[in-house]
Amino acid sequence: MIAALIIVFREVFEAGLIIGIVLAVTRTVPHRNAWIGGGVLAGVLAACVVAAFAGALSNLFAGMGQELFNAAILVIAVVMLTWHNVWMARHGAELAGELRVAGQAVVEGSKSLLALAVVVGVAVLREGSEVVLFLYGVIATGGDTAWGVTLGGLGGLALGLMICLLTYFGLLRIPARALFTTTTILIALLAAGMAAQAAAFLEKANWLTAMDNVVWDSGWLLSDASIPGKALHTLIGYTDQPTAMQLTVYLAILLITFVLMRLYGAPAKAVVPARG
Amino acid sequence: MSRSRTLSKAVIFAAVAALLPIAATSAANAQAATEIQLSYKDKKFDPAEISAPANTPIVIKLKNLDAKPMEFESKTLKIEKVVAGSSDATVNVRAQKPGRYEFVDEYNEKVARGALVVK
Ligand SMILES: [Cu+2]
Repeated sequence: MIAALIIVFREVFEAGLIIGIVLAVTRTVPHRNAWIGGGVLAGVLAACVVAAFAGALSNLFAGMGQELFNAAILVIAVVMLTWHNVWMARHGAELAGELRVAGQAVVEGSKSLLALAVVVGVAVLREGSEVVLFLYGVIATGGDTAWGVTLGGLGGLALGLMICLLTYFGLLRIPARALFTTTTILIALLAAGMAAQAAAFLEKANWLTAMDNVVWDSGWLLSDASIPGKALHTLIGYTDQPTAMQLTVYLAILLITFVLMRLYGAPAKAVVPARG
Repeated sequence: MSRSRTLSKAVIFAAVAALLPIAATSAANAQAATEIQLSYKDKKFDPAEISAPANTPIVIKLKNLDAKPMEFESKTLKIEKVVAGSSDATVNVRAQKPGRYEFVDEYNEKVARGALVVK
């Protein structure tokens, strides 16, 4: 039971952190619960589908289907997160401001919500499919400790939910003005970390072999397999043995986000008259 | 406004253009890898210890003979791969320094253990 609890918790941990951040980011946006709830639900359903076809998925692309699938969904999340940040740079003030003119702002707000719902769905899908596979495997063989495993699994889910709430309420303690800046930086780092992870998956699939030298090894200081290491891994993309390619991708995403926010963000808002 | 649009398009284009050659060279760079067969049954790896030469990429061909899925995991080798019940998986490992690298089935971490010895 304890083993099941640990395994499920480990998988749900990352998704919990991401959902907590997304909840904090969207706290002033109307209907956000429906969007994020929808994202979670879609993620769970997709996870079940992925788990059911895990064998077939794995066999695609000369046995590298799983890696490429993971890389692909991470790329989707990176695009959505970056787009959200750029979008918020432009419309964040309108949404947070006093004159939150209903109508347009809300409609536009849900566009950004859709992006974040996709990110939530993708996070749930990725971690959830492993949980589903694990629980399915245990139940399929039946017998011995199916009950214990179910209890452990539920315990792990509950702990994951707790991480989500802790992240959310932790972020809410930050004053409203600083919260926007904090979450913008957090989302940018989250996206950069996911992009580097996607690069790592492509490296494992041998689709990316250039610049595969390990730049440093800080495993002696903080292993990325430990719980604090894993939290940093999700939040800022910490890896104890990054390759040159992973670092490059990481920095490139940060740079692209920064440039896009400058170009589409504040200046554009001053020039463009009120839209619709 | 239109100028900033064009500029940012240029930035995206430059980023994509910069990454393309990397993708193109990746196929050409693949070195000959050491291939190792490994099977998994009744929560045991067979053989429990595998070995490979240093500084060459390694490909582990893993057969999960159990009906249950397993997760082939090695913290030191940075491997984490779910293998469905009764199916095969291919795991690419980048060239390693000499040493002993342990791996487990994460779902049965206590009993299902093995190691890759690189020399
Ligand atoms: Cu996982």
